[in-house]
Amino acid sequence: MSSIMFSRVKQKQIAQLISSGKRLDGRGLTDYREVQLEDGVIERAEGSARVRLGKTEVMVGIKIEVGEPFPDVPNEGVLTVNAELVPLASPTFEPGPPDENSIELARIVDRGIRESKAVALEKLCVEPGKRVFIVFIDIYVLNHDGNLIDASAIASLAALLNTKMFNYEVTGGEVKIKPGYTPLPVRNYPMAVTFAKISDKLVVDPWLEEEQVMDARLTMTVEKDGKVCAVQKGGYGYFTMQQVLEAAKIAQEKAEELRKLVVKG
Amino acid sequence: MPTFYERRQLVTPGDLLAEDDYVAGENTYKDGGKIYATRVGLVDYEDRKVHVVALKAFYIPYVGDMVIGKVVEVGLSGWMVNVKAPYPALLRASDVLDRPFRPQEDDLPSIFDVGDLIIAKIVAYDRTRDPLLTVREPGLGKITRGQIVEITPTKIPRVIGRKGSMINMLKQETGCHVTIGQNGLIFVSGKTPEDERLAVMAIRKIEQEAHTSRLTDRVTEMIRREKGGV
Amino acid sequence: MLQETPSKLIDERGIRLDGRGLNELRPVKIEVGVLSNADGSAYIEQGKSKILAAVYGPKEVHPKHLALPDRALLRCRYHMAPFSVEERKSPAPSRREMELSKVIREALEPSVFVEYYPRTSIDLFIEVLQADGGTRCSGITVASLALADAGIPMRDLVAACAVGKVEGRLVLDLTDLEDKGGEADVPLAWMPNLNAVTLLQMDGMLTIKEFEQVMNLALEGCKQVYQLQKEALKVKYVTVKEAVEE
Repeated sequence: MSSIMFSRVKQKQIAQLISSGKRLDGRGLTDYREVQLEDGVIERAEGSARVRLGKTEVMVGIKIEVGEPFPDVPNEGVLTVNAELVPLASPTFEPGPPDENSIELARIVDRGIRESKAVALEKLCVEPGKRVFIVFIDIYVLNHDGNLIDASAIASLAALLNTKMFNYEVTGGEVKIKPGYTPLPVRNYPMAVTFAKISDKLVVDPWLEEEQVMDARLTMTVEKDGKVCAVQKGGYGYFTMQQVLEAAKIAQEKAEELRKLVVKG
Repeated sequence: MPTFYERRQLVTPGDLLAEDDYVAGENTYKDGGKIYATRVGLVDYEDRKVHVVALKAFYIPYVGDMVIGKVVEVGLSGWMVNVKAPYPALLRASDVLDRPFRPQEDDLPSIFDVGDLIIAKIVAYDRTRDPLLTVREPGLGKITRGQIVEITPTKIPRVIGRKGSMINMLKQETGCHVTIGQNGLIFVSGKTPEDERLAVMAIRKIEQEAHTSRLTDRVTEMIRREKGGV
Repeated sequence: MLQETPSKLIDERGIRLDGRGLNELRPVKIEVGVLSNADGSAYIEQGKSKILAAVYGPKEVHPKHLALPDRALLRCRYHMAPFSVEERKSPAPSRREMELSKVIREALEPSVFVEYYPRTSIDLFIEVLQADGGTRCSGITVASLALADAGIPMRDLVAACAVGKVEGRLVLDLTDLEDKGGEADVPLAWMPNLNAVTLLQMDGMLTIKEFEQVMNLALEGCKQVYQLQKEALKVKYVTVKEAVEE
């Protein structure tokens, strides 16, 4: 049974251990928890994946529809990311419209995918200026044990790599589905690496209790060539310039490690 | 032992005021041996202590302070009073009645009703609860006539003046009775509305120019000038 | 009124569309204490962006159950007026506004001594009246001044500035066109005394080396903004003092 009544004693313990370079669960400061990845878990969805990052569990489902493009990019497909902190995932999640946390989560994952141009949107045009594929990425958090951002980013990428678009032909102004599928054109593999600042140290992949103790959080998304494509600082505290730059270097390394787990071959 | 400003120089939040040996006084904080200002105001150094006289700050209740407040709610056994602090103040019926409150007999709105202004004293206040008031001393109670001026609480000491020099001058020159609430509200009652108007004008001038020198003289001049012109 | 998208944002001499050099801040005009009802307020014009910030508090928390026992609750609402952008924006809060409200709050929180006022709320409102890029940064800059104007004790002012990469060059204080047409946008907020980066976001693509250069340029921009903030706070008292002590 989980409880959010974290005792001050435990919080102190976590902070003290980290100041001497150790973590309560035995990990090193830059170690990720165990990642378990399963894709194609929802057959009804065009793409899907389930990720367990330690005990955090996130499922991502991808649905593809045909719709209107944005007027300023009439020949490009549309990408949209939404996240739901489903109430069953944590005693702290309430049912209702998306709150600032689920919106922030969705937008961070969105930025990573969009800015790295991971999905070749220009290849998703059905009828120029009129109809394009809309890729709905829905993040469903099933269990919150810390670091929802990285878990969601891993699951989203895995789901995209798993996504198949139906074949179609446009006849008489109608989009007709034909048999067969084409994989969604994915050409970049952004990975989010989140740090927590605890006892003035940077700690990668914070779990829930570490998140309760942390001063602030910093997420850096790195794409396949080592470039940074998204950054987000969160939480009430702050980072020094030196810490930000240090995080960037560590993020490059960790992103590469995570990528090997998701991108096969 | 370095300090970085002249006395009575204008500083802003985050300005480095002193280092090392100094003690952090009002409106400053110390971090890593350095003392910084937390509010906009005039810095002053006294012995080994540095503080800032804030030019604008809200009132935080202090036990023993005399305050002027407005009744905003008549509750079940007392009143809730707005004393222009982040917390509402409580006045218990038992304090006014000087005996336990009897709900069947005592009609609270007839004693103080919503909208009434009262002069009271703070008898209790700490971080875990709202301030508690009393009106059980002479000079405290409902205000029935006169005028109220509201200024920023940090300038109240200026209205009082060194050893009461400013407030005594005001009383003398305008012939008004002046009661000062530590929370920035000042009650003025005079023989005529004109006298009260003068007092109010003088107080506003003090508030505007609180950070300047020779203020007492200039306010006295202004009052005399206005009186002469009537 | 539709804007035409120009073909080049920076010319061969490194001069931008509005005549600025790569490292130049837009002209800034700040006024503190502009609203009579709010406890503190400030207004900024940075290039064509016009933003107003106001603070109410510390005061009783409504609804009561949100009150924190040991500190003040800082709440922030970043909102864009429907007429502030090219195409009228619906008044309903968008997802972007909700995210920005959160990150702006988190950018300012480290500067406020919230632990001094338990069980109260400090409500911050940022209204973008006209948007031309960098609104979250100008919003933080002016909100910090509104907090100071309200007499709320602070560790330091928070200064913010955005840097981007446009047509291959690193550029300070992006306009909306530069942001949309550029390769990266990095807004940053900084609290000088603690060397604290309190807001940091990025979208675009930068190598780690470019990212470091961008951070340094943003810091330079923040330093300039910080000086402007200090001057703006002092100005009204200085003029009164001078007039009176003549």
